[in-house]
Amino acid sequence: MLDNAFLIPLLPAVSFLVILFFGKKMQGGKAVHWVGIAAVSAAWVLSLVVGAQWIDRVDTQTAEAKAEAKEKADEEHSEDQSSEEGLAPVVIGSSAGTGDSTVLGVEAGKTATGADPVITEITWLTNGGTEHKVGTYVDGLSALMLVIVTSISLLVHIFSTEYVKGDRRYTHYFAFLSLFTASMLFFVLSSSTLQMIVGWELVGVCSFGLIGHWWEDGNNTNAALKAFLTNRVGDIGLLVGMIILFIEFDTFSIDYIVNHVPDVSHLVALMASISLISAVMSKSGQFPLHTWLPDAMAGPTPVSALIHAATMVVAGVYMVARLYPVFYEGFSIGTSAINLLAFIGGFTALMAAALAFVQWDIKKVLAYSTVSQLGYMVMALGVGAWTAAVFHLFTHALFKACLFLGAGSVSHSAGHTFDMRQFGGLKKHMPVTFWTFVISSLALAGIFPFAGFWSKDEILLGAWAGQGDRYILMLVFGCLVAAMTAAYMTRVIYYTFFGEFRGDTHGHGDPHESPRVMSVPLILLAVGAVVAGAFNLPSPVVEIFSADGFAHQVQDYVEPLYVSGLVKHPSPSLILALIGLGLAMAGIAVTYAWFFLGKGPHGISQRNAVLGRGRALLENKYYLDHLYNDVIVAGIKWPIAKAAVWVNQNVLDKVVNTAGESARDGGRFVYRYIDQAVVDGTVNATGSGANASGEGLRVIQSGKVQNYGALLFGAAAVLAIIFVIVI
Amino acid sequence: MLINQFLLLGAFLFCTGVYGVLARRNAVMVLMSIELMLNAVNINLLTFGYLHDSVSGQVFALFVIAVAAAEVGVGLAIVLLIYRNRSNIDVEQLDLMKG
Repeated sequence: MLDNAFLIPLLPAVSFLVILFFGKKMQGGKAVHWVGIAAVSAAWVLSLVVGAQWIDRVDTQTAEAKAEAKEKADEEHSEDQSSEEGLAPVVIGSSAGTGDSTVLGVEAGKTATGADPVITEITWLTNGGTEHKVGTYVDGLSALMLVIVTSISLLVHIFSTEYVKGDRRYTHYFAFLSLFTASMLFFVLSSSTLQMIVGWELVGVCSFGLIGHWWEDGNNTNAALKAFLTNRVGDIGLLVGMIILFIEFDTFSIDYIVNHVPDVSHLVALMASISLISAVMSKSGQFPLHTWLPDAMAGPTPVSALIHAATMVVAGVYMVARLYPVFYEGFSIGTSAINLLAFIGGFTALMAAALAFVQWDIKKVLAYSTVSQLGYMVMALGVGAWTAAVFHLFTHALFKACLFLGAGSVSHSAGHTFDMRQFGGLKKHMPVTFWTFVISSLALAGIFPFAGFWSKDEILLGAWAGQGDRYILMLVFGCLVAAMTAAYMTRVIYYTFFGEFRGDTHGHGDPHESPRVMSVPLILLAVGAVVAGAFNLPSPVVEIFSADGFAHQVQDYVEPLYVSGLVKHPSPSLILALIGLGLAMAGIAVTYAWFFLGKGPHGISQRNAVLGRGRALLENKYYLDHLYNDVIVAGIKWPIAKAAVWVNQNVLDKVVNTAGESARDGGRFVYRYIDQAVVDGTVNATGSGANASGEGLRVIQSGKVQNYGALLFGAAAVLAIIFVIVI
Repeated sequence: MLINQFLLLGAFLFCTGVYGVLARRNAVMVLMSIELMLNAVNINLLTFGYLHDSVSGQVFALFVIAVAAAEVGVGLAIVLLIYRNRSNIDVEQLDLMKG
């Protein structure tokens, strides 16, 4: 299956085509979800198979490497009898691909586990002697992404059957879900950067189509356009970055690029990294291009869960993780105490967390939370905590998808609104949604022992330990965000589930629990949010339960060799974990006191001018939208428009007029001399020539067989004579 | 010596056949002339087979005989139909395809 991983994106792609062309014929489009669910389930099973086979491959190759190293050590022993037996350290360098110079900071004596990626490629096109390949690149990272994408996609498909039931574009919706799943799987399996760009753009198109799913409302259309155009800004950076890499390495092959980064100069890596980071800013919602993501909540909620929380928005994080050596070299992650990647991530995390406090739309709170958590991941990559970033990506996908689906479930039963002022008191009406939402919120807030605690703790640890220096500023950012995340999630839960119901169900009676198709995905995701942390437990924790097999699962199985040879793996710190946990608890406690107990200076932002201005700043999202629309766009638009009018009047029109006149004159000339004389003449000559020759040949066709026979034999005789003479 | 004479016999028969095909007006005679030409070819095949000490000439001749039999069957059927339609079999008068 590792060689045939192309089947996984192929299945949803086929489902897309089937739904698109035959969807309307399936009970008037009411049964199309079965096609999507079947394809994604099959892809899910195959992804699990890929995951299992990858783990097996890592185990096998690690065992082989260990045995080899042991043999080598034994040989050295026999040569050098004086050394004490059994004490020689077994050192296994990360062998495959990474040149000697890339092995930076591998802890001495550390046993590297890992396996070579399985790359299956075919030639896509040949251009100027260079073959451009397309194929699948299967390693731990892509296997993990496959499992995440197909799992969330499957649950979202199931959830959607109820959520968008009766929608007028039901087939369209499921077709796009299938296309999105296929594109995302295609993207994570990319074996070349060119393929990556294709997948990147494909998911962007699906995002655009699904945000604007209800395009009858102008706001949704605008949100879709905003998402698409903001992403285009970053895509230019992606193109430029990939082209820089191509020019430098002369190939699009990811495998080649990541293993040959030391061959290129630092400046090139820096330029490529800076270009690529703008793509991360747009796709993964990093400051300052994050503004599209909250607006993207205009789409159907399951779509927000799948695309704008769990999978598509992590494409940027995935891209950085995949091309990590480039960024590591470009931003000097190993030696700096602050770099662009870490700063952007940390700053985004902090800024978005602050914005989440003043939103009334539950989905926008979650959207800013997503931006904040993505910032966390980018920050983790920036400080060299590769495993922590990918692990957080994994846990975040589970609990954030659960939160979004929970918000959808709330809205579905409480009057189809997302305004938290219209909720309240839903705890007793919707127990399943309430408990799953609370569990996921605790996971998001990083409360022990939920999934978020483990991944967040690893990121803080990565910032604290750093690579060369400590990333102190990032640690401060991380700690602040930890407290703020816990606080704003408490606010959401208070407004949504406690107090009295303030909304209006439009005559549907009391709000009620959602049907089982919606609650079961919630429960499954909540279970994931509880247990997912167990996949990468730090070794001291595992020792308590004496279950060594569970230590560093993500680090051992997911981290590619080209990364594990690069970054340091800090040993866990109990104090840091307690600090992170304490901050989260403090965040919850303060908000609890504020909302549940009614303590603290309520309404201070109305009384105090400074705080009031701060609140206005947050409510207007730092005026970034104003900056983009009124200052940048308008500033560019007005002079450009004026100049464009002048150019239009004086240059373009004149050119067009001149061109028109000369074309008219030319046309006349052509008609008179070329069309009439040459072309018509040729046609007529052909006709009369054929006529004349026909008249001539008519004589020969007498209709008498014997005449033909005479001609035949005569001609044969003449030929025979010629043969005789010539030969 | 012997070969030469056989080849001359074949050439003579062939020329006779050609003359018959081109000159006779009776369609049956034309068919018979064609048979003559085919047999001339057969003689050539046998002669060259003998010359090269190979059996394929004889095999080929056998095929030609079989094909000639089929050809005569079809040809006579055509002649019969022409006779039914036009009450004569003069090939000179068969010029419906004249251009």
